[in-house]
Amino acid sequence: MAFTIKVNGQTHSVDVDSDTPLLWVLRDVLGMTGTKFGCGMALCGACTVHVDGVATRSCITPIDGIGNSAITTIEAIGATGAGARIQKAWLEREVVQCGYCQSGQIMSASALLASNPHPTDADIDDAMSGNICRCGTYVRIREAIKQAAQSAGQGG
Amino acid sequence: MIRDHIASRRRNLDQSGFANGLSRRRLLQVGAAAGGGLMLSLSLPFPSHRAEAAVADEFAPNAFIRIGSDGRIILIMPYVEMGQGTYTSIPMLIAEELDVNLKQVQLEHAPPNEKLYANPLLGVQATGNSNAIRGAWKPLREAGATARIMLVAAAAKRWDVDPKSCRAQDGEVAHVPTGRRLKYGELAAEAAKMPVPAGVTLKAPEDFKLIGTPAKRLDAPAKVNGTAVFGIDVHPPGVKVATLVQSPVFGGRVKNLDDTAAKAVKGVRQIVRLDDAISVVADHMGAAKKGLAALNIEWDDGPHAKLTTADVARELEQATLGSGAVAQNIGDADKALASVTTKIEAIYQAPFLAHATMEPMNCTVHFRKDACEIWIGSQAVARVQAMAAKAAGLPPEKVIVHNHLIGGGFGRRLEADGAVRAVEIAKHVDGPVKVVWTREEDIQHDMYRPYWFDRLSAGLDEQGRPVVWKNRFAGSSVIARWLPPGFKDGLDPDSTEGAIDLVYDLPNFRVEYVRLEPPGIPTAFWRSVGPSHNVFVTESFIDEMAAAAKQDAVAYRRALLDKSPRAKAVLDLAAEKAGWGQALPKGSGRGVSLQFVFGSYLAQVAEVEVSKEGTVRVRRVVCAVDCGTVVNPDTVQAQIQSGIIFGATAALYGEITLKNGRVEQTNFDTYQMLRMNQAPAIEVHIVKSAEPPGGLGESGTSAIVPAIANAIFAATGKRLRKMPVDASLLKQPV
Repeated sequence: MAFTIKVNGQTHSVDVDSDTPLLWVLRDVLGMTGTKFGCGMALCGACTVHVDGVATRSCITPIDGIGNSAITTIEAIGATGAGARIQKAWLEREVVQCGYCQSGQIMSASALLASNPHPTDADIDDAMSGNICRCGTYVRIREAIKQAAQSAGQGG
Repeated sequence: MIRDHIASRRRNLDQSGFANGLSRRRLLQVGAAAGGGLMLSLSLPFPSHRAEAAVADEFAPNAFIRIGSDGRIILIMPYVEMGQGTYTSIPMLIAEELDVNLKQVQLEHAPPNEKLYANPLLGVQATGNSNAIRGAWKPLREAGATARIMLVAAAAKRWDVDPKSCRAQDGEVAHVPTGRRLKYGELAAEAAKMPVPAGVTLKAPEDFKLIGTPAKRLDAPAKVNGTAVFGIDVHPPGVKVATLVQSPVFGGRVKNLDDTAAKAVKGVRQIVRLDDAISVVADHMGAAKKGLAALNIEWDDGPHAKLTTADVARELEQATLGSGAVAQNIGDADKALASVTTKIEAIYQAPFLAHATMEPMNCTVHFRKDACEIWIGSQAVARVQAMAAKAAGLPPEKVIVHNHLIGGGFGRRLEADGAVRAVEIAKHVDGPVKVVWTREEDIQHDMYRPYWFDRLSAGLDEQGRPVVWKNRFAGSSVIARWLPPGFKDGLDPDSTEGAIDLVYDLPNFRVEYVRLEPPGIPTAFWRSVGPSHNVFVTESFIDEMAAAAKQDAVAYRRALLDKSPRAKAVLDLAAEKAGWGQALPKGSGRGVSLQFVFGSYLAQVAEVEVSKEGTVRVRRVVCAVDCGTVVNPDTVQAQIQSGIIFGATAALYGEITLKNGRVEQTNFDTYQMLRMNQAPAIEVHIVKSAEPPGGLGESGTSAIVPAIANAIFAATGKRLRKMPVDASLLKQPV
């Protein structure tokens, strides 16, 4: 079945089964490999994208549920204010190690910052605990989110 | 040597014709995105220009450096990046002596070549055992210095001046008296004709410009904007995507298969039936997974159909009742034990563990009758080439391996089982196929950290001081399979590291090891390897002795360290920074650990909180480290933070169990990971040292497990001798 979806401002038409998870449409059909596969059950957050600005696990989001919603992926998150601040803070705090989970971490953190410009530690726990990092970069992720929040406060 | 190598590589590429089909632009976009002049050409053995440009004007004094007349300075990385920062720290070593800025260099993965790129400490081309910096420390600085001397000689010859009057700096040679300058690129062709200096003098530490500074990670930009290419991200033209199901019991086989429903799934192209696995080949992973779920398979479970973890543990326990290969023998342990005031005996057990790398296992293969091309993220690319060649029925030189960024290694990607499996599938597929393991397959068909069983006894004198220590332990020797020459006289250096070389002064000390391979479950290296279990055991047991002697755990250890001042220094520093001895709320406790493994000294103090229900929360970890000369201090911090989270995850949750021959855990719901809301605060304190560098990728992991167990003892009075933490043992009676 053909579906038309809007990803990072561009419209794409794809012909897949209606229950195909968005993750595989992005990665294998559209070739946008920044969004990662980790578990297939919304347990690890590696596949996180934004659907109308809301952090969403693409591995369990069927293509027929997308409709006209705007999908944003790691490839375009830098075009948003919160996304750009998060990416900058990620580089300044040297967050990444293997880097595989970081697309999902950045998407979750960007959604958090966009909706809550000054998150507390508890807010960070709530927003980020669905994202597993096997390299254990949690300490730096927390620092980077706080730094990004601060840079927003300074008009960055 | 390198030129012959390059030439033969190019011939292979040309003959196969594969290179032309690959979109180089796509694969190289990582480099463009990385910016700053740095290019991580991570996807091809050589960047696109290599296959076309002549090499006549190139300066390649050794296997690690190429300087083109176009000014490109390319460093060839024999170690692979899996998060540990090696793509930053290894270039720092070369760049320091070559006198170039890190921003001036481009990186390439080294191709498979054991002769050129073997790790001197392992003897094979592999990234593991925390030894990249240790192995590279001298040879790669020498490689840089050799190249610099030849470039200076070329400039001096051109100017007809004394080389001593010239100086190399930031990729240029300057003639100091006249101020004349030539860029390395301009000197490349002439430098290649200069004699290779017989011996080189390396910089004194006080002259280091890069080493010891917190250099920014070179791989970070591509990893925050989604352009980094991991093995799972490759997309050769026409590639199909496959997933697989393997016999749920190791050693089982496919008995019957009904794939009618699977074949009817939209996008499914082909079902490949192997002896012990079925693969569904499709247009995309969504279709492949749907097809997999629609398969109806009957398995013949084979000889291990009834195997349980308890069976494995029982066999290991039996093995510790006999005698083992003597790994260490100091004094006379048996005689000493007969006359001690206090005797302590204990049994420790450590479980099977999965690696659960965030990037599930995957490998892309284009198989043809006369050649095979492989895309993978591997810690041991030459091993992949050799084993894939065998599976493909081709000579190794007909197998081209493209190595990629690794989405978590931890030892899992030292193995080539995934590449072999992918080749077996690809042999039935026309065109390239990317085989991706589901998370369930990844966890249920891992190769696991061995189960270990340790039997210990010790004796204390009247002052409570340990005078004798005996340990006999049993478990799998990964080395015996992975690097057979490393297993000699019943012993291997990995299984015993951390068990036989304690920092403490113990006059009578005997350790025996019994190699016993478990049936029906494959074992492999796992982050912190031998010490992952040995340090848990030894640092818990010394804690038991301190408790038996009714002495403070830090003071007790400290009294045994007169011959190990570096160990004493890290212990003192960790205790001081952690506020050792200061009061904590009821239900909380501090535990300490101390180790010398992978060439580095580490002390950790963990602070835990144990709830009435017995759940354990690690609140804070303080680590002091002496890893000798520090190459990149930020990497030291990052690796210890990482190792602590990895080890704490294992201590609190890590356990792979077998029932009816099947691994019971499937995904992150049953094989849990520490998450953001459970992560402790971590402080890392580095001791300044001029000693040669030690390894750090794994040290944090082995040290944290006993620190947590000892902290639980301090909080509850209960000694946990089996990992992971069992909350039911800590639950308070109502």
